[in-house]
Amino acid sequence: MAGSIDRRQFLRLAGLGGAVFASGLARAADPYGTGTGAVQQDEFYFVQLSDTHWGFEGPAVNPDARGTLPKAIAAVNALEVQPDFIVFTGDLTHTTDDPAERRRRLGEFHDIARGLKNPNVRFMPGEHDAALDHGAAWSEFFGPTHYVFDHKGVHFIVVDNVSDPAARIGAEQLAWLEADLARQARDARIVVFTHRPLFPLYPQWDWATRDGDRALALLMPYRNVTVFYGHIHQEHHYKTAHIEHHSAKSLIFPLPAPGSLPKRVPIKWDPAHPYRGLGYREVEAQPRPPAFAVTEFPVRG
Amino acid sequence: MPSRRRFIAASAAAGALAAAGAWSLLAAAEEPVIRVVARRFVYRPSVLRLKRGVPVVLEFTSADVVMGFNAPDFNVRTDIIPGQVSRLRFTPDKLGRFTFLCDVFCGDGHEGMTGEIHVAA
Repeated sequence: MAGSIDRRQFLRLAGLGGAVFASGLARAADPYGTGTGAVQQDEFYFVQLSDTHWGFEGPAVNPDARGTLPKAIAAVNALEVQPDFIVFTGDLTHTTDDPAERRRRLGEFHDIARGLKNPNVRFMPGEHDAALDHGAAWSEFFGPTHYVFDHKGVHFIVVDNVSDPAARIGAEQLAWLEADLARQARDARIVVFTHRPLFPLYPQWDWATRDGDRALALLMPYRNVTVFYGHIHQEHHYKTAHIEHHSAKSLIFPLPAPGSLPKRVPIKWDPAHPYRGLGYREVEAQPRPPAFAVTEFPVRG
Repeated sequence: MPSRRRFIAASAAAGALAAAGAWSLLAAAEEPVIRVVARRFVYRPSVLRLKRGVPVVLEFTSADVVMGFNAPDFNVRTDIIPGQVSRLRFTPDKLGRFTFLCDVFCGDGHEGMTGEIHVAA
């Protein structure tokens, strides 16, 4: 990425509005604990898309169910400065009991995602993709459901809290997480991608991870941790101690604010405001001032 | 006579245990039992009418797949396994209407698989 990023330019080019905030994720002088002093950390940004639910049909909540994802991809492709990578935080497809149909939806989604100009795309499953077969079909298309990668001084951890239909990360994956974190310095810049909230946002709507508290306990000693997730189909920002949690909008239908209605039913499509409540997010990692800046975008028809 | 005293003491203890056991059985027999059938994507019944301070036993069965029952406001949950009866005993400690839900993803419609606990005085 040449030069510094002008976030306002992105907003203007996309022709979209959105809230911007800084996460306060501090810069690590030596994120890998090498003891060799400061590590070069470039400014960069990535795009988060979530809950595309490919295969969903429900004209009352989204009459453009097959068009919304392609529109979002076109919007990302139209960004003048491409993100370093794009991440989909789960529920790529809408669930189905039919294993063949599940694979057909995953395959179609995979083909559509290939339309992204930037081939550096990261995926993770949601419960709609993975819970009915413990991630088997999803992994055929996208590989492991939990993994790590590093990018420009930031350590990214993808946590799977959906392949178990009971919404557990599970002892095995928690041990893997603990071992990975043991290799990080306490001031490492760490970003966690996951589908469900790791904290009990609203258990009455199943907006929680049953053993999320154990993951957060493992992350707690690390001073610079930010979690990006999906699942709840709306923007939401929360802190557990010093750990920030940011949920993303959906690309199929929005859901009501936690506990604001008796039931978590999708918000109906408003013809006067098509695509309202849908969108994607840019996350800007800035070494100076130390922060991630997050920008939300709606989808335009 | 030591042996007789031991016999009397043992008999008294046995009597006390029997009485305690009978009391427990009586108490258990008095606890209301509500049988709930979970079927994708509903509970029958979907409204559980309870009384504050009165213990209740919920008995769950599944008519098809693995389900869950979770009442977060009372911090109680259980898995519901096909072919088994899952029993959950708890005592509602607050008045009002509270959501319960399936917390084991069971398919398209899982998100709507909820019910209500109504607790009266």
